[in-house]
Amino acid sequence: MNTLTVLWLRQLKKYFRSKARIIGSIGQPLLFLVALGFGFGPIFSKAGGGNYLDFLVPGIVAMTILFTAIFSGIEIIWDRQFGFLKETLVAPVSRYEIMVGRTLGGATIAVLQGALVFVISLFLGFTPNLMMLPLAIVFAGLIALFFTALGTAIASLLDDMQGFQLIMNFLVMPTFFLSGALFPLTGLPSFISVIAQINPLSYGVDGLRGTLANATQFGLPMDFAVLGILTVVVMGIGGYLFSKIQV
Amino acid sequence: MLAIEAENLSKKFGDFTAVDNISFKVEHGSIFAFLGPNGAGKSTTIKMLTTVLAPTSGKITLNGHDVLKDPNEVRKNFGIVFQDPSLDDDLTAYENMEIHGVLYHVPGNEMPKRIEQLLGFVELWDRKNDLVKTFSGGMKRRLEIARGLLHHPKVLFMDEPTIGLDPQTRNHIWSYILKMNKDEGTTIFFTTHYMDEADKVAKEIAIIDNGKIVAQGTSAQLKEKTKANSLEDAFIELTGHEIRHEEAAPNQRMRMMRRMRR
Ligand SMILES: Nc1ncnc2c1ncn2[C@@H]1O[C@H](COP(=O)(O)OP(=O)(O)OP(=O)(O)O)[C@@H](O)[C@H]1O
Ligand SMILES: [Mg+2]
Repeated sequence: MNTLTVLWLRQLKKYFRSKARIIGSIGQPLLFLVALGFGFGPIFSKAGGGNYLDFLVPGIVAMTILFTAIFSGIEIIWDRQFGFLKETLVAPVSRYEIMVGRTLGGATIAVLQGALVFVISLFLGFTPNLMMLPLAIVFAGLIALFFTALGTAIASLLDDMQGFQLIMNFLVMPTFFLSGALFPLTGLPSFISVIAQINPLSYGVDGLRGTLANATQFGLPMDFAVLGILTVVVMGIGGYLFSKIQV
Repeated sequence: MLAIEAENLSKKFGDFTAVDNISFKVEHGSIFAFLGPNGAGKSTTIKMLTTVLAPTSGKITLNGHDVLKDPNEVRKNFGIVFQDPSLDDDLTAYENMEIHGVLYHVPGNEMPKRIEQLLGFVELWDRKNDLVKTFSGGMKRRLEIARGLLHHPKVLFMDEPTIGLDPQTRNHIWSYILKMNKDEGTTIFFTTHYMDEADKVAKEIAIIDNGKIVAQGTSAQLKEKTKANSLEDAFIELTGHEIRHEEAAPNQRMRMMRRMRR
């Protein structure tokens, strides 16, 4: 086994051991799917938008991945408080490698969590294009990597959980609500439209919607390029900040 | 070549100077005790020596490598048992050992044997598959030590390794460490508040107080210097009788409290 594998496995083991966390974190997406999906469905189709559930599910899968990924990245703060972080920081391996191992672990969990919500949505009546599923998984993976690395970068700068609420309210929530996860990004007031277009999650949602529900706004190549490049950049920044952590 | 050399090392937290311009040398294969009252700056010094904390100023060389310029190379040369907990409570004892083994490049075919030997040594082998969060304080401490001994570094730092352990376990663990020192020439750098322990095992002792090294030498030299019968008396002679508050300005706070009582 090598560093990457052992740290990746660590995250997965911890994930599968906390059943409460798995169940707890599908509660919110499920609520969104049921309440919004069935609540707004009639209006959406009356306005000519088609089947709202087909539109909504990729957005809620993206949301699930976003929350799980950010949270996995932020977990570094706990590891710092409980001391385990020190153990990895003094090890004779590059800190970039440690950061990548952790990020891969967190991203895998986020994708699994997204897959769980996807499966549940099938029972609610979602009819995806299954041919495109492999490509959808690629997009899910990119969203997961990007936001786990972002969480890592942020957590590397924080000493404790006090800033967490701030990040949730001023970064994560706006990222979700202004990403096109819940409504189409066409015909919006221009300032919201601008925000949506510089929001990385918009491209993830669009990629998932393009693959699973055959509807894309930016085009899949564009989605892939934007997310891919941003992921590499954020991994680099996150790795650098992680390597500078002092405990 | 020296195992550790610190020159004019200082660490400030804001205005407060935790380590104040200290210098010392540790020979290869030595057993070096770093003693001092609570808050003296021992852990802060160890953190700087082990690349966890950046010094405010000064220079450190570990096994010939510059700690500040070449931290990655330095990390290949030492092992450490921290004073504060550093286990993953949500993993089992075995998994904690295994992660350490992989991070420290213990060969895969040797790993199971070494883990079994060390967990057996600290009497945790039958608890190997239990989550660490179900362990008692002493069991966690024993696991930390077993983990620190899993790979065989050139320099081993131990920050109050035997804190909270019963005398039997302390003796047991020290005999293992002394054997490692003898057989493999491992340099040992440790702190403790048990003066008898330091007296028994240390070849060289430095005493730090308020961030400054106030005395250094063998146990015999320190006793002679202070005309004390035991290392404990020498220690108290050198560092005073006052109890330390873990506070930036201990004197001020005591004065304040006295005033309040009046
Ligand atoms: N991160 C920090 N921020 C501010 N002050 C700190 C920090 N870490 C340590 N200190 C202060 O530096 C001083 C030295 O602390 P240190 O942990 O090195 O003491 P020590 O000698 O190891 O004590 P003990 O025997 O209690 O473990 C203390 O006054 C402590 O409050
Ligand atoms: Mg200490």
